[in-house]
Amino acid sequence: MAGTANHDYHILEPDIWPLVGSISALTFTSGMVLSFHPDLFGSASSIVMWAGLAGLIATFFMWFRNIVIEAERGDHTPVVQLHMRYGMILFIASEVMFFVGWFWSFFDFALFPTALNYDAETGLTSSLFGVVGSTTAFIPEGMEVLDPLSLPLLNTIILLCSGTTVTWAHHSLVHGDRTGLKQGLWATIGLGVLFSAIQAYEYAAAPFGFGGNTYSSAFYMATGFHGFHVIVGTIFLAVCLYRAYLGHFTPRQHFGFEAAAWYWHFVDVVWLFLFVTIYVWGGWGAEFH
Amino acid sequence: MATTAEGFDVHSDHSHDAHDHADHKPGFFARWFMSTNHKDIGTMYLIFAIIAGIIGGAISGIMRVELAEPGIQYLTWWAEFMGGGSDLNTALHMWNVFITAHGLIMVFFMVMPAMIGGFGNWFVPLMIGAPDMAFPRMNNVSFWLTVAGFFSLLFSLFVPGGSGPGAGTGWTVYAPLSTSGSVGPAVDFAIFSLHLAGAGSILGATNFITTIFNMRAPGMTLHKMPLFVWSVLVTAFLLLLALPVLAAAITMLLTDRNFGTTFFDPAGGGDPVLYQHLFWFFGHPEVYIMILPGFGMISQIVATFSRKPVFGYLGMAYAMVAIGVVGFIVWAHHMYTVGLDVNTKMYFTAATMVIAVPTGVKIFSWIATMWGGSVEFKSPMVWALGFIFLFTVGGVTGVVLANGGIDVNLHDTYYVVAHFHYVLSMGAVFSLFAGFYYWFPKMSGRMHSELLSHLHFWTFFIGVNVIFFPQHFLGMQGMPRRYPDYPDAFTFWHEISTYGYYIMAGSMVFFFVNIGYALVAGRKAGANPWGEGATTLEWTLPSPPPYHQFETLPVITDAHDYHDHRPATA
Repeated sequence: MAGTANHDYHILEPDIWPLVGSISALTFTSGMVLSFHPDLFGSASSIVMWAGLAGLIATFFMWFRNIVIEAERGDHTPVVQLHMRYGMILFIASEVMFFVGWFWSFFDFALFPTALNYDAETGLTSSLFGVVGSTTAFIPEGMEVLDPLSLPLLNTIILLCSGTTVTWAHHSLVHGDRTGLKQGLWATIGLGVLFSAIQAYEYAAAPFGFGGNTYSSAFYMATGFHGFHVIVGTIFLAVCLYRAYLGHFTPRQHFGFEAAAWYWHFVDVVWLFLFVTIYVWGGWGAEFH
Repeated sequence: MATTAEGFDVHSDHSHDAHDHADHKPGFFARWFMSTNHKDIGTMYLIFAIIAGIIGGAISGIMRVELAEPGIQYLTWWAEFMGGGSDLNTALHMWNVFITAHGLIMVFFMVMPAMIGGFGNWFVPLMIGAPDMAFPRMNNVSFWLTVAGFFSLLFSLFVPGGSGPGAGTGWTVYAPLSTSGSVGPAVDFAIFSLHLAGAGSILGATNFITTIFNMRAPGMTLHKMPLFVWSVLVTAFLLLLALPVLAAAITMLLTDRNFGTTFFDPAGGGDPVLYQHLFWFFGHPEVYIMILPGFGMISQIVATFSRKPVFGYLGMAYAMVAIGVVGFIVWAHHMYTVGLDVNTKMYFTAATMVIAVPTGVKIFSWIATMWGGSVEFKSPMVWALGFIFLFTVGGVTGVVLANGGIDVNLHDTYYVVAHFHYVLSMGAVFSLFAGFYYWFPKMSGRMHSELLSHLHFWTFFIGVNVIFFPQHFLGMQGMPRRYPDYPDAFTFWHEISTYGYYIMAGSMVFFFVNIGYALVAGRKAGANPWGEGATTLEWTLPSPPPYHQFETLPVITDAHDYHDHRPATA
């Protein structure tokens, strides 16, 4: 429609994907509810959730595909690029507040612990509130946690390295070195996949289960949401790598890449907070696995 | 200036040429289901909010009728009607379902969509001289996610939750009532309803902030921006920073309910009060989210119908910023009875009362705007005056409740119910009606009836005051909120309150007849039906504006004061 417009803003054609995405989101969340209650809805009800997820993935794919097509077509004038910068910064700000919620619960439990009896066999706890002689502890006696200087430290190094490799890719791109861009992205994606793999292994080998007490609840939900963000960031970088092979991005205009890098650094910083607070400080003095 | 004049000329003759690019509209399905147009999306938000408001208002009617006399009158029937048992437990559960649905619908699916989605979408781009929002596609997904959230809440009514169908947790969804107290999928559906609507609001907030920062017309500095735009900017920041914390909190509810985490379960070391902290860290900014756009609308309207620039423009703008900032650090005044220590209560009391200062700046500035003005009592203005009067009443009871000492007695009584309905049903809703009558001619191109608008105003004004003023008395006498039954001693004021509901419900007939009349037989509205007091950019466009406005951007020069954006040649 940008025929007679005398401005640089991006006026878009009507688009079906917002509607499809919203219906998919409703299908996905409703399907999750159905799968939470197989006694009521049957075990096959999770098919609804998968259908919704498929719709969501299709929406994300088509939506970002359209954005890339528009970018390559030249619709992204300098002011539209500025929109996207604002949009990405604000999105990351809201993500930060999401993690504030998880850290808030972690610090609530860690700073104001209750007295718990821990059953190492089942991983379940029971309250010792008011029991004479019981002591309060964030990590109840008998519970083992992960040694922060083992795999978590390795993962910290991996993520910090990936922060440098993504910067390597960025500098290469800015200086017109397409090979360096691809190498840097390959390295970053590789490190991201390695991080996720180690995290998955650590979950599988952890000495405590998912629920049952506040430590494992806060640990798995905070690190789990972080891990999900790592996977999203890795996909984002992989898309950038694919686009690099397609010849997209110029030294002057490459916001898709920059957004992926910003997101990656955000994920990196969240991990540093998780490492220092939950792994090192949170597990201080407890028995390591 | 010449540039500006040309910019408007592009549109002044659009009606002569149906195929003018600026007014070329897509076909029906593409226009309404695939929209990327801020005005169409705003219209859909407004229609959605009106539908949700009818449902939410009808639910409050069920509650008022039930409360008209002691005993359980109709809940047993409703329990059976909704597919539950006919026993008393299910009947009482239905009560909880009604209060929950009323609260969630009015907050998330009526006030927020109408103010931010409806008027924000329609008028932020127009007022800053932008052709559309920054992210038109994302704008559409914000709307449809809100609709998706509403459907998820509707689904919850038809599946078990607690001792009957539906989510009976209150809009606050406190644990443990919402976790171990409500087995069954209803609360899961309600939680996902908030996830969906919240995601839509976060995307919308991102869109508004980007639009306001990046798309202001040349020369429109932040300090020349209309106060309604300021109010939406502050609101968007509150949404962006508060909603994700709610998302985390209700995700914890979900995992506590379904996956064995113990965030809010003391048996596993968890803490139900933690939920309240997380909820109100969102919930208190949320109440400002619901009123700040109203503040902005009232500022535009009072200035327009006083034919004076608003008094203390910068003070008005930064008062909203101050309310937004301080709104993040007062949340525990909703929790004075959970066992906070005295020092904490003292802090939250003091911080809460500080908010009365910027709010007072706003009230007195509106009055000062009218002072010496040439005040015209058109329909938007009477609603604005009603707002100023009744919001102040709600603000004063808010100062009472801010005191940790007094609140221990008044917590969870009808005094609180009266307080927040004065600031919402008479604050937020009055500002919505004021904004609706102010901008209806601009949006529809038709004038509504002043007579019907005034009848609507006076009957509504009397109705809501008869509903809610007696509730102060009930609360002071100890009537707890969220109860379907009460001792005979409370009968008198409950009965009066229910009569008020009938008056209020009847007054809505004037509203709907008025819209119908205007759309069918209303006089055609000119570009500016409100006269020289209406100085913001939307009044320089035809009514309704062309499908794509400002294809040549208007230019605001130094000659323009913040309050007057009209081109000098106009």
